Amino acid sequence: MHDTAGRPKNVLEVNDLAIRFGRTEIFSRLSFTVPEGAALAIIGPNGSGKTVLLRALIGAIPFEGTLHWAPDVRLGYVPQKLDIARDVPITGFDFLRARAALSRTSNAAAFEMLTAVGLPVEAGAQPIGALSGGQFQRLLVAFALVGGPNVLLLDEPTAGVDEPGQERLNELIHRLQQDRGLTVFLISHDLSVVYRHATTVLCLGRERHWCGPPKDILTPDRLHEIYGAPIAFHVHEP
Amino acid sequence: MSPETVALAVAMAVAAGLVGCFAVMRRMALSADALSHVALPGIGVALALHVHPLAGAVAMLFFGALLVWALEDRARLATETIIGVVFSAALAVGSMITSGEDLIEALVGGGGALSRLEVAFGLIAATAVVSFILKEKHALVVALVSPDIARTAGVDLRRLNLLYLLMFALTIALGLRYLGVLLMGSLIIIPAATAKHLSNNLNQMLTVAVVIAVATTVVGSGLALWLHRATGPVIVALAAGCFLLAFLHRP
Repeated sequence: MHDTAGRPKNVLEVNDLAIRFGRTEIFSRLSFTVPEGAALAIIGPNGSGKTVLLRALIGAIPFEGTLHWAPDVRLGYVPQKLDIARDVPITGFDFLRARAALSRTSNAAAFEMLTAVGLPVEAGAQPIGALSGGQFQRLLVAFALVGGPNVLLLDEPTAGVDEPGQERLNELIHRLQQDRGLTVFLISHDLSVVYRHATTVLCLGRERHWCGPPKDILTPDRLHEIYGAPIAFHVHEP
Repeated sequence: MSPETVALAVAMAVAAGLVGCFAVMRRMALSADALSHVALPGIGVALALHVHPLAGAVAMLFFGALLVWALEDRARLATETIIGVVFSAALAVGSMITSGEDLIEALVGGGGALSRLEVAFGLIAATAVVSFILKEKHALVVALVSPDIARTAGVDLRRLNLLYLLMFALTIALGLRYLGVLLMGSLIIIPAATAKHLSNNLNQMLTVAVVIAVATTVVGSGLALWLHRATGPVIVALAAGCFLLAFLHRP
């Protein structure tokens, strides 16, 4: 969808956002917009509020300032590592079936997502507590894809996933963004993935925030300033 | 036992088995038990005012559910402490204002002929609880794994939690006649805990919990009648026996 001037419309507009826990300010004066179909990477040192920002975007945390989603967004969310009770008899199928019912999608379509994220179908029959960390992470990505979301919010979706699995998930996310025009929000510490796939990088620093194309943000000097230490990362050119 | 008594007992047990599964998975076994105690002062006040004891119990249970709901968003430790204190106090106050036969009956269940009104209330309440769990099963599962994911899937968590707690309170009210305020929490928790141990998926767990709750309630009520004992202790002893067997069967 485009506005009258032919520019893609904004999926999200954030203005002067501030979040405090008690007296601790996590961040403030954060403003940015995200056009439809963008791949926004959120980077920054530990404790800079990346996860908090994502949770505020889904309405889980109170905030000051304004935050506007386009009216037709359907969110898919992959949280950072979840602590789930290991002994709960809920299987991957139960979990996907539940999501399918909530979004009025067929079970078959939901189960197909297992294949999309590279999980064997048998893994769906296992209690989720019996899955390995990487398998569970893939299940969460599969879950986020059920119901045809047009916006994906991913908080380190490949944490704990093996190397080929990471590659596969990153490619899948990239493909969804490119081919189906999904808008992607991605928190990642993997700067080479950010460099390759992001259209915009939002960097939460301790003192200030930066937002721009990867080429402008991911420069050695800027990264040094953001992380307080020299950062070298390897860019795999295609 | 009259057919109404049996029908009501079965309906109550089905509701307890279903509600219990989510209570166990949400790790609210302790608050569940404490919540049932809050019915006692309600029963005491109702008896003193010559109102049906069930009305007093339901009013207090709903109040307890609202209290848990309001506290849920706060720090976990504080909630458990407050629930422990408030609900034990309710038990103490309730014991003071209820006396003799009435107290024993309120504590461990049993006695009295069923009024038409009670049967109607029981069947309607049980139907409400069972339909709620079956309808909201999916939302409850997603919220259990991750409240944040549930939120993005369009689940209204505050509403879901409130309704769940009210259904929980209603289930306790249903079982007061059979198990009393001390033991009703156990009929919600023990069959579900046993089922959790024996099951590999959600539907299995729900089914096994219902079967155990119904079987122990029916067999326990019959056995209590035959042994001239209060129903509650016999039912819970049977349920606990199932739990132990399940543990020995599959460690």
